[in-house]
Amino acid sequence: MNNENTGAIPDDAGNIPEMAKHSISININGEYRSLKVYPWVSLLDALRDHLNLTGSKKGCDHGQCGACTVLADGRRINSCLTFAVMYEKSNIKTIEGFFDGTLHPIQQAFINHDAFQCGYCTPGQICSAAGMLSEGHAHTKEEIKELMSGNLCRCGAYTNIINAILDVREGKYGPI
Amino acid sequence: MVPFNYLIAKDADEAVALSIRNIKSKLIAGGTNLIDLMKENVSKPDTVIDINKIDSLSAITELSEGGLRLGALAKNADTAYDNRVQKRYPLLSDAILAGASAQLRNMASNGGNLLQRTRCYYFYDTATPCNKRDPGTGCSARGGYNRIHAILGASESCIAVFPSDMCVALSALDARINIQSTFGCRVIDFRDFHRLPGDSPELDNHLQHGELITSIDLPNESFDLNHSYLKLRDRSSYAFALVSVATAFKIEDGLIMDARLALGGVAHKPWRNTEAEDYMKGKAPNVQTFAEASKINLSDAKGYEHNRFKIELAKRAIIRNCLTAANKNS
Repeated sequence: MNNENTGAIPDDAGNIPEMAKHSISININGEYRSLKVYPWVSLLDALRDHLNLTGSKKGCDHGQCGACTVLADGRRINSCLTFAVMYEKSNIKTIEGFFDGTLHPIQQAFINHDAFQCGYCTPGQICSAAGMLSEGHAHTKEEIKELMSGNLCRCGAYTNIINAILDVREGKYGPI
Repeated sequence: MVPFNYLIAKDADEAVALSIRNIKSKLIAGGTNLIDLMKENVSKPDTVIDINKIDSLSAITELSEGGLRLGALAKNADTAYDNRVQKRYPLLSDAILAGASAQLRNMASNGGNLLQRTRCYYFYDTATPCNKRDPGTGCSARGGYNRIHAILGASESCIAVFPSDMCVALSALDARINIQSTFGCRVIDFRDFHRLPGDSPELDNHLQHGELITSIDLPNESFDLNHSYLKLRDRSSYAFALVSVATAFKIEDGLIMDARLALGGVAHKPWRNTEAEDYMKGKAPNVQTFAEASKINLSDAKGYEHNRFKIELAKRAIIRNCLTAANKNS
């Protein structure tokens, strides 16, 4: 990648040249994927529209709802508020990466606890819960509630979501 | 979003040079506020310079004279959970964790936190006049819905508030900001970094284009015993402050020896009133002392149609938070 004008400024006719696209390679769910994107493509749009990984959801597209949460190098982030070009050679884990032949403990706990109704926020909730558990700062129910506050659920399944995560944290679904 | 060129700076010198060369550029670190503003066409850089590869700016290190240096690219979460910050500057740790969500704190950088812009709804809404967004067009908030707006230090042209929690604590702790440019390095006291709106609300702070925040220094005096951060908001997590208070005391023999009091959510910058702090020094840490300090702090407050409640709210928040800080570890 060079540091000169990469041609992203539209010409007089308003056309943006193809050369403005950046070729990047991102490790997604354990596999390197190459894509060519304009720099203004969010990581979320790259996942959904360029790689057909539609598990990550677009809720607000402003970092307010958490439906787009993915793990970037192990840390939970809002994929709608960041550009795909910034993740060259990074490791991204989406909800599609949680199933490895069997359900991930958090997925199983969500089912057992009926921790969703419409399910739209669920991929983000699960990625966020995984990130939170690896961060290691949530020890009590109150702390889980606080540290999961970046994920909204308009069906109001919060009680069951928190109980599912508590069970996973206590090891009831095996190691994560 | 307006199309832009994307460049990567490999070190601080290159970030500054690219910034100077591209006069309509923006630096991007966490991007959590910038990208949102770009989506709304409030910010329209023609070039975005990625500074995330500058490894030297992400460390948290000891200062030789005591104190701690927070790298500008250290994440808010890494700063809040750093053992040294938690142990020596718990006020800062608490303030950071009171802000945003866990995801955003994982993304947001320390330097970016200082540079985030107001969440005034009219600033974000390009269909309405806003002197901060488009100088000279007027202020929609003054006669509009102004529940979240300023009660201190506002001007005819702007009543927006600065939204950061972290910065309220940094102001109380008398942090210093290290800045690099092509002319070398300079240091700004935290309290002098952000500005009041006056006649040019488009300027949030004194950082010039082509300058790069490299780190934030915390002085040796850490107020690790008597401190508290109180944030009052419309929901108890993941919301901006209506009023927040950072309080830190040094208490000896039952008397306040040193006092720090900074308010968030009430002005165009973290609000420090040294008159109120000086009043408390040498006095007993009790309700009477704190009530008087709260009055001094809010003596010039001015409310608008929907935010007058914040004046009384701020006074009560100050008293409550000062009591919490004074009684901590006792």
